[in-house]
Parts: sequence; C-alpha cells; structure tokens
Amino acid sequence: MRCFGILALGLWTLALVRPGLVIGGQELMISAAASLTNAFQEIAQRFEQQHPGIQVIFNFAASGPLLQQIAQGAPVDVFASADQKTMNQAQEKGLIVPASRKNFVSNTLVLIVPQDSRLVLAGPEDLVLLKVKRVAVGNPATVPVGRYTQEALTQAGLWEALQPKLIRGESVRQVLDYVSRGEVDAGFVYATDAAVAKGKVKTVTEVQGHQPIVYPVALVAASQKQALSQEFLNFLSAPESVAILSKYGFGQP
Amino acid sequence: MNYSLYSKPLLLTLQVAGLATIFVAMTGVPLAYLISRRKFWGREWLDAFCTLPLVLPPTVLGYYLIVVWGRHGWLGHWLYQVWGISLMFTWQGAVLASALVSFPLIFKSARAAFEEVDRNLENVARTLGLGEGAVFWWVSLPLALRGIVAGTMLAFARAMGEFGATLMIAGNLPGKTQTLSLAIYAAVQAGNDTLALTLVALTSSACILILVTSGKILTFSLK
Repeated sequence: MRCFGILALGLWTLALVRPGLVIGGQELMISAAASLTNAFQEIAQRFEQQHPGIQVIFNFAASGPLLQQIAQGAPVDVFASADQKTMNQAQEKGLIVPASRKNFVSNTLVLIVPQDSRLVLAGPEDLVLLKVKRVAVGNPATVPVGRYTQEALTQAGLWEALQPKLIRGESVRQVLDYVSRGEVDAGFVYATDAAVAKGKVKTVTEVQGHQPIVYPVALVAASQKQALSQEFLNFLSAPESVAILSKYGFGQP
Repeated sequence: MNYSLYSKPLLLTLQVAGLATIFVAMTGVPLAYLISRRKFWGREWLDAFCTLPLVLPPTVLGYYLIVVWGRHGWLGHWLYQVWGISLMFTWQGAVLASALVSFPLIFKSARAAFEEVDRNLENVARTLGLGEGAVFWWVSLPLALRGIVAGTMLAFARAMGEFGATLMIAGNLPGKTQTLSLAIYAAVQAGNDTLALTLVALTSSACILILVTSGKILTFSLK
C-alpha cells in the first residue's frame, strides 16, 4: 500500500516536472485561424510523432485577435490566417518573415441552417424574408469569414437590408455554434466548418461574390525557433498533411 | 469623434446593471430574511445554492443560461414556442446574466445583516401587535439597511463589470447588447487602442463616481 502511494507521488511529481522540460526549447507555438482547428490538430499529431520531444501548442481564434496578440509580443512561432488582409497587416508591421509566407489552402463560403430547420431558402437573397429573424455572421472588423460575408452580401445588395438581423460572432466557430444550437436561423461559415458540424447543420448553398478565400501561413519574425518553425511550414506541404487538409474539405490554392 | 461610440455602451451598461440590481435586491433580500429567520430542511443547501454563482466561473454560468434559456433550452424552448420570445442576443438576456452573477453579493450581505439584528427588538414589536410583514418592513429591514445597501452597491458594481456570462447569452452586438466591458474587449480585439483607452477611462471614472456618490448617500442616510 505504501509502495503504491510512493509510486503515485512519483508519477505526480513527474507530471509536474515534464512541461518544464519541454519549455527548455522544444515547444512550438502556432497561432492559427479558428477554421483550421480540426485539421491542424491532426497534422500536429503526425508532426509530433515524427519529431520526438517536440510539442506543438495551438492558439486558435479569429485571425484579427491573433494578429493583435502577435503585435503585442505574444511568443508565437508560426501564424496562419484565414485571409490575405490580416497577413498583409502583419507583414506591413514587420511581424512576419516575408520570404517564408506562402498560401497553403483554399476554402469556400457557405450559407448554413440548423439541421432541424424548416426554412426553405434558395440562397442569401431569401434571408430578407420575414420568417428569417436572425442571421449569424463573423464580425467583419476582426473575423475574416465576416469580411468575406460582408463582401458577398454587399455585392448582392443585401448587406444594408440585413443589418437588423445580423448577430456577430467573434470567430467562425462561434457562428457555427450559434447555428448548430439553433439560436439563429441561418449563418455564414466556411464549407470546412459546415462539414465538421455535419448532423447539426445543413448547407443551403455555396456563396459567391467575394475575393478568393486563400489561407497564408508565415514564420513570426520574433520567433526564437526559426528552423523548427520552418520545418513545420514544410510539413504543411508534405503529402500526408495535404491529405489531412483535403479530408477536412480544404482545397489547394 | 463619434459620440455614440461611447454613450451607447455607457447608457446600456447603466440600464442593464441598474435593472439587474433592482431585480436581485427584490428577490435576494426577502430570501435572505427567510433563511436567517426560519429553520427548515435544506436551509444550508439553499444558502449554498444561492452563493454558487460567486464561485462558479462566468463561463459555467453562461453555459447554464444557454442550456436553460436558449431557443432549445428547458425554459427558453417554452418561452419561444408560446410567446415567440428568445432572451438570446437581447439586452434582457444581459440583465439576466448580470443578475445571476450579482445575486450572491446582495444575498450574502443581507443574510449577515439580518443575523446581526437584535431579535428582542423584533419580539418587542410583535408583543406590541405588529404582524410578521410589518415586523420585517418596520423593524428588521431598517436595522439591517446598512449591510443591505453595502451589498447592493457591490452587486451594482459587479453587474457593471459583468463580461463572461453576458458574452455567452447576449452576444456582442454593437448598440444592442454591447456593454462597456464588451465594447472594450471588441476594441482591443480589433486593435483600436484609442477607442479602448477612452472606454477604459470612461468606465473607471464612472465606477469611481458611483462609489463616491453611493458612499455619500450611505453615510448621509444613516446619520
């Protein structure tokens, strides 16, 4: 019994000490757009398997806040955003290594409704109908999917008319959550997010009229682990990563 | 400078915090009196339950609110089916969230205050023919007032700063549910430091003003 106690204490101490060992230089911090969550987690698992002793740590959020964190000096090594505008801003501020920047996936914008929704919508133009009360979009100020949505709806001449119905989410995953809980009647997310929530939401249609959705990734200039970060960047183009990305519905740029 | 960028969140915050405080004062004070005066089974459990929002993380409270009041929630479902009302993404939802988090502050202060009241004074009032309601209103409440007012101030301050649970149930809709703390969060996220700084200064001065004023009212009314 005492043996068991000592063993448990030992394991517990080991568990406490282990993260400390990892901080010794083998931790890779990646700030990535929320829509990349599932695919990146799977890719990181493979990456860790092939690079023993390295731990990938993720910070998933909308691209806007991620940029702000990096600008404020967050210890990030790799930055992947869901749009060119955010990455351009990062580049203008000298936050990334311009030579390392590359586009690695593309995505599409879709209109979704809750799975049990009885609404019959042909497309975004039907959102002005009275029976549609609330529509979730990403906050265009900080969330790329919101900017794509704004662009598409503005081009369709719907953005102003829909203002009273819009519920702004702070990331694409929040928009997805609002729709899958049925708190809103419809929402705009990426095709890859709609695929993750299969069974909770259904896709009405693909939405056109916005700039191509192409995700850039780059090394953060202030990173102390440029070599390791570059290795992760290269790994994103490896066949197994491409396979994972396309499994989740991402296209090649 | 767009004046409504500042005035809207400020007025909304005062409206939400004010209503939430009135609501919790009206429910928390009688409940505290009941618990401090009556012995019944499960009394301490009820007390613990009422204090729970003080220790639970706001995200847990926000989740409970969504589960109960969301369109598919236990009560929200019924509310939506029968009345067509949904509290999600409304300022009324923000009141609900603020009320929930500030409830324990009034409840705890009021219970402590009622327990400090000399029972003999209440009994004297009873022998002089006052009913239970009158004893509460004319004897216990005035004697416990200092503690209750202090708790109310705390509750108002807490309601003004409420963030987590509010964000979850009321969202962050500019002009509709965006209170000061949410507006500051949005401004920082968008990298708008000027707006964030102005809102922070505004919030700080509003809170100091409220604390000083209520402190003055408190000492004046109890002289």
